[in-house]
Amino acid sequence: MSAVSISKKDIKTIMKSDQTIVKPAAAVTPPVAARPSMLALKSRAFFQWLLPPVFGLLLLVAIWALISYQSPNLPGPLPTWQAATELFSDPFYINDPNDQGIGWNILASLERVALGFGLAALVGIPLGFIIGRFQFISRMAAPVIGILRPVSPLAWLPIGLLVFKAADPAAIWVIFISAIWPMIINTAVGVSKVPQDYMNVAKVLNLSEWKIVTKILFPFVLPYMMTGVRLSIGVAWLVIVAAEMLTGGVGIGFWVWDEWNNLNVEHIIIAIFVVGIVGLLLEVALTSLAKRFSYE
Amino acid sequence: MEKTAQEKINLQTRYVQLENVNMTFFTKKGTFEALKNVNFSIREGEFISIIGHSGCGKSTVLNLIAGLLHPTDGNLFCAGREIAGPGPERAVVFQNHSLLPWLTCAENVHLAVERVFGGKESKAKLAQRTQAAIELVGLAHAAEKRPNEISGGMKQRVGIARALAMEPKVLLLDEPFGALDALTRAHLQDELMGIMAKSGCTAVMVTHDVDEAVLLSDRIVMMTNGPAATIGEILEVDLARPRKRLELAEDSHYNHLRSEVLKFLYERHARKAA
Repeated sequence: MSAVSISKKDIKTIMKSDQTIVKPAAAVTPPVAARPSMLALKSRAFFQWLLPPVFGLLLLVAIWALISYQSPNLPGPLPTWQAATELFSDPFYINDPNDQGIGWNILASLERVALGFGLAALVGIPLGFIIGRFQFISRMAAPVIGILRPVSPLAWLPIGLLVFKAADPAAIWVIFISAIWPMIINTAVGVSKVPQDYMNVAKVLNLSEWKIVTKILFPFVLPYMMTGVRLSIGVAWLVIVAAEMLTGGVGIGFWVWDEWNNLNVEHIIIAIFVVGIVGLLLEVALTSLAKRFSYE
Repeated sequence: MEKTAQEKINLQTRYVQLENVNMTFFTKKGTFEALKNVNFSIREGEFISIIGHSGCGKSTVLNLIAGLLHPTDGNLFCAGREIAGPGPERAVVFQNHSLLPWLTCAENVHLAVERVFGGKESKAKLAQRTQAAIELVGLAHAAEKRPNEISGGMKQRVGIARALAMEPKVLLLDEPFGALDALTRAHLQDELMGIMAKSGCTAVMVTHDVDEAVLLSDRIVMMTNGPAATIGEILEVDLARPRKRLELAEDSHYNHLRSEVLKFLYERHARKAA
């Protein structure tokens, strides 16, 4: 409150003193030395860019350490780190079919995701184009998609087991069915958003349906499609862990369950980080891919 | 089939013909009668402007000739044939240029060239046509640029090049310079006059710019206000060509024609206050 009651005289003296400080300072210091070099500016910008995420991660580790200190069953950051260095020193060993290195488990999961997701893309993207292009088919598909999309991915697993009579195709089927919706929907939305102006151009030029698809629809829809692909791969990676817990075999999900049965909690925490980091890498890779395809 | 002399004359004087055209839009809010009883014909090689207040259905008339819309009632003919849909003999220059942003200027033009001449000519000839159209509008230096890398005026030139590259019988321009600044607009108007003099094709332009209409047209079709808009008057612009903007500014006949259009728009068919 006291700041409010500064008298005019005070302000004058402040201003005066300000002037007396600024003037000689400006005269004495040469302007070149006052400016930081380009390198200094760049490194400063780099640290300003780097520091917040580092602080965020450190905070996460600190909270984790605090919780593990309180509950002795949960391994803290340090024992987990030691377990991780040991684990990753030999990621590709095979003792027997049920005891393989973490590298093999990750690769097995990625393979399933790639298969399920690839099939979903193969079916979902063309389906999205057809749904977006034809009003009648769009209305036909709306109730089917509306009912099937909210179903929890794992609810599809028994159907997969029943039909394929094997765990591995069933897991791929679950990935397929949960990854297909974002691709269908985003592609269809993209197609339906093609500006009327472009379609008028197509009409005036009398373009063939093939040219309309390749020269107008596809380039316009690509960014929408890539959004769908990104969402799908995220969903697929989310679902694979749960699916593998149920189906068994080799895979990061099964590995988590196995380590839980061995009460190897450090390894479960490592698995959480591994799943997170792989998911992040997939996301980053697809985002940069999407940027390359964007025409803007 | 041999055409009789009478048919030839008819085709020349009524190259594009609108007969009792009515247009009613059926929307969710109900029906909207946009055009009622529109009748006029366009001579071959003529430059027609359609002018009127906004919402009077000028663009609807253009879209009908383009074949993008079908009349609720009445008939439209181009070169003696009924207009059944869009066709390359009636090229459109859109107001917002409507270039495909993922193609370069040359590719945008080429898309049209390929469609019209693709089956009949060699690839080299097609490329040559594209190049010629780009050069015609003075954009050879920007042929490989994307639309978002060039100015609004340049985009509109590409739009014109795309339309002209199709060698249309009729060029339809939907407020082609409406979104441009006054200086660019004047420049492009002068260029369009030159291009039209060279190509000799028939043109219909929708505009709300009185000066543009008088400067470019042979006749100005003035439309009454909607709903149920129709043709109010048709003004013959009998100014000698080539026309020079600066000389016309002091020409008494030019100013007389200009004030005729203004009187139509602001006295006889003033727009009711919205």
